[in-house]
Amino acid sequence: MTSEKKRKIQGEPPAEKPVRLRAFHQAKWDEEIIFELSTKGERGILMPAVEPAIEEEIGDGISAIPENLRRKAQPALPEISQMRVLKHYLRLSQQNLGADLNVDIGQGTCTIKYNPKINDVLAASPKVAELHPLQSESTIQGALEILYKTDLFLREISGLDRFSFQPASGSAAILAMASIIQAFHESRSEGKVRDEVITTIFSHPSDAAAAAVKGYKVITIHQTEDGLPDIEALRRSISKRTAGLLITNPEDTGIFNPKIDEITRLVRDAGGLCGYDQANANGILGMTRAREAGFDMCFFNLHKTFGTPHGCGGPACGALGVGANLVDYLPVPLVDFDGEKYHLRFDLRHTIGKIRSFYGVFPVVLKAFAWISSLGERGLREAANIAVLNNNYILEKVKRIRGASAPFARGRHRIEQVRYSWEELTRDTGVTTEDITLRMADFGFHLWSSHHPFIVPEPFTIEPTESYSKAELDEYLAALEKVAGEAYADPSLVKGAPYRSVVHRIDHSWFDDPAQWAITWRAYQKKHVQPNPAGSQPRR
Amino acid sequence: MSDEQPFIHPYIPNSVPEVKERMLQEIGVRSIDELYADIPERLRFAGRMNLPEPLVSEAALKRHVEKILSRNRSCAESLSFLGGGCWPHYVPAVCDEINRRSEFLTAYAGEPYEDHGRFQSLFEYESMMAELLDMDVVNVPTFDWCQAASTSIRMAGRITKRYEALVCDTIGPDRLQVMQNYCRGMMSIVPVRHDAVTGLMDLNDLAARFTESTAAVYFENPSYLGFLETQGHQIAAIAHARGGLSVVGVDPISLGVIAPPSHYGADIICGDVQPLGVHMNFGGGQGGFIATRDEEKFVMEYPSRLFGIAKTAVEGEWGFGDVAYDRTSFGVREKGKEFVGTAAALWGITAGVYLALMGPQGMEDIGRHILQKSQYAMKKIGGIAGVRTPRFQSAHFKEFVVDFTSTGKTVAEINEALLDRGIFGGKDLNGDFPELANHALYCVTEVHTKEDIDTLVGALEEVLR
Repeated sequence: MTSEKKRKIQGEPPAEKPVRLRAFHQAKWDEEIIFELSTKGERGILMPAVEPAIEEEIGDGISAIPENLRRKAQPALPEISQMRVLKHYLRLSQQNLGADLNVDIGQGTCTIKYNPKINDVLAASPKVAELHPLQSESTIQGALEILYKTDLFLREISGLDRFSFQPASGSAAILAMASIIQAFHESRSEGKVRDEVITTIFSHPSDAAAAAVKGYKVITIHQTEDGLPDIEALRRSISKRTAGLLITNPEDTGIFNPKIDEITRLVRDAGGLCGYDQANANGILGMTRAREAGFDMCFFNLHKTFGTPHGCGGPACGALGVGANLVDYLPVPLVDFDGEKYHLRFDLRHTIGKIRSFYGVFPVVLKAFAWISSLGERGLREAANIAVLNNNYILEKVKRIRGASAPFARGRHRIEQVRYSWEELTRDTGVTTEDITLRMADFGFHLWSSHHPFIVPEPFTIEPTESYSKAELDEYLAALEKVAGEAYADPSLVKGAPYRSVVHRIDHSWFDDPAQWAITWRAYQKKHVQPNPAGSQPRR
Repeated sequence: MSDEQPFIHPYIPNSVPEVKERMLQEIGVRSIDELYADIPERLRFAGRMNLPEPLVSEAALKRHVEKILSRNRSCAESLSFLGGGCWPHYVPAVCDEINRRSEFLTAYAGEPYEDHGRFQSLFEYESMMAELLDMDVVNVPTFDWCQAASTSIRMAGRITKRYEALVCDTIGPDRLQVMQNYCRGMMSIVPVRHDAVTGLMDLNDLAARFTESTAAVYFENPSYLGFLETQGHQIAAIAHARGGLSVVGVDPISLGVIAPPSHYGADIICGDVQPLGVHMNFGGGQGGFIATRDEEKFVMEYPSRLFGIAKTAVEGEWGFGDVAYDRTSFGVREKGKEFVGTAAALWGITAGVYLALMGPQGMEDIGRHILQKSQYAMKKIGGIAGVRTPRFQSAHFKEFVVDFTSTGKTVAEINEALLDRGIFGGKDLNGDFPELANHALYCVTEVHTKEDIDTLVGALEEVLR
């Protein structure tokens, strides 16, 4: 009897297939810069001709424009036939490793999970794509219903009382929270006195930066040995000048802060407002909420936790929620329901006005609505639970990789991600996190380091979410282990990577040199291409 | 579905009990709950989230959402003349084909190796916009024109070390509100009057208000109200003579026929890419651009990502990466320039595809087309008894204000009646501008045929009879 049969008879789980590390090579088209594809006279698309009757009645249209405002020479755009444009961008797309093709767990803090295709199909409907935001309310009832109901969903998930979808990213939502903090204190004539916002070093850089945009002095609390913010330092930093707190929990370390309610109480007792950055909410859906933790406000990234695609960096939505005391400060408009019809509501007494044009990125809200509708209460909890299971599984395995470690909170479990360190590996081999991230590309994987500053030496951050199967997690881990092994066996191999990605090591010397950096093709031509007497442009 | 049955959702593979069990064993715990040990009881949410029963089948989900969406009546099912910051333009199929590709749609923050395509396509976007704007530096897009204008003003403040911006008072209400909130406490936004007849900036008022605290003057071309500001040179001259900057917001789809602001002295240009191949999306298609000359003092004040081209270890191979990363909040948190993060990259890529398809001739053609169509519409609508348009006696592009004061009907009443006829009339300006109480902002582009415009005119005549 084979051992496999024996297991089945004894009711044990079947043996796992050995992990296969694939012989990956990314597409490499050696594709031209688009201007190099230009052939004079080619056309990519034609617009409809103006009707002769209009030509006759109006003329060329341009004569009505004052001479000094007419464009004298056509813009030097490339001239390319349609199929060639398509091919160019398809080739570029093949040189891009989207999450759909990847086991995209190496971009910690960003919750790269499955983006259901059906949601894209729904958002592509002309009922969405061809909807204008200024249409009469009677013609946008469906869109308003989606906004209203998603608000109701997020109230349940956060325990807060009202949501706005206007902020078009997490950072924009942080800006909105800082704006509300400012407007709140100004309305109580304390705007000038309260000029400090507190955040923590393991909260997103925008928690500090967006507060500074509003003119706040930013106080950043560092962690203690357990990886959590130093609560004594926080206590000392609170004063009559405290306007508010902007904090992530779990922070980017994936450690849940059990004293989060103590922190919010300290700030609130001192008269400050507390804003919860819930970009890292994927592991706590249905488990713990902004309400219980004592927050006045929170936001969720719909493009992270709620399964909407990241689009290479937006469009996105930072859904902003507040308690009843702050509804009047939200950006306008909100969506109300009178039992029959949905309405836009603009009359908020203390509104901060607008954070973005119109109502935010509606297709993203629609996709999040569909995602929540598909999962329901049980599915949301399951997503969180499995995200946490996956993360602790990865943690257990990474800790066994030579040279890798998980600083802080030793022996404890983490929520949805972990900030790891290659410190030991770097010390032993000279191979850095950057080297390893580039070598991972040779196996078809992305690995990110971490936000700056690097508090954890040689950091990397893994967030597996609920989307990837165990077999995929094992494949990723096998690649990570393989690369770590290579670092010990042959550091120069890793330091020379990548070999099988799209391009080889990039020379960074131009990027910080004003004389050499080239942010556009024309700037490159001016700075780096010698004038050619024959008039033809040299290729590279 | 009872709670005893395992809940194995198609989006969550490791819910399979055997797999779950094996992973728990590997971790050394008996239950997932043990993994949450750090969350104290008092912080646990004891209740249940009151959410509808899950629509686990894709078919049921689709039916449910489509039913809600069926309550929308879109511009595809009507004849719409709405603009005002979100415009109807033809979207080439290739634009959708590219921005719906999984590789772009689901990517985020990969390195410029495995995500070479994202970096190159955004570098090319920057480069083609640079040709259109005739400037050497363009950013990876921010949220929208509102944000781009707000950041342009904050950049001007840092460059000049001054704290006030003069802004044309014909600016749209959304843009002004975003700007005011974004600058609150840091820079003051001071309106500059317009000429009541032409709509153009009142240069005397500009000169009178321009002080040693003024960082920049901001105006738009076309303006929110559709007319073209023809005094760009004079405005820039006033600003430059007093040590300030000229900041101009512009509609990029006009630039095949209209001179880019760099030709009349603009130091910073901003605007929205939505007209360039992005659907209206209920206002979700916006993406903001900022452009400047390639001077260190400008480049170092951008908060945005700026993707630059570079050499690699292999001769003849292009690489890409972040230019001057250490100016960003990613690099140095609150010490960076404003903040950077997720914004509207996919729409930037799309706008690049659009410009590549259109080419120089396409951009000229579409600019001319919009001029002709909107001029025809102004002429015909202006011919209706009691209706006056354009309200401002200037050249216009794409949008124009229609004055219904003498018709005895309000814009709300007129639009209601048009709606009954399947037409979305122009945006009601009531409340936005005191002097334009019974006026509407109409938008006419290449998507409108002569027949569409004639239909509108016929309906207006009927409604106003």
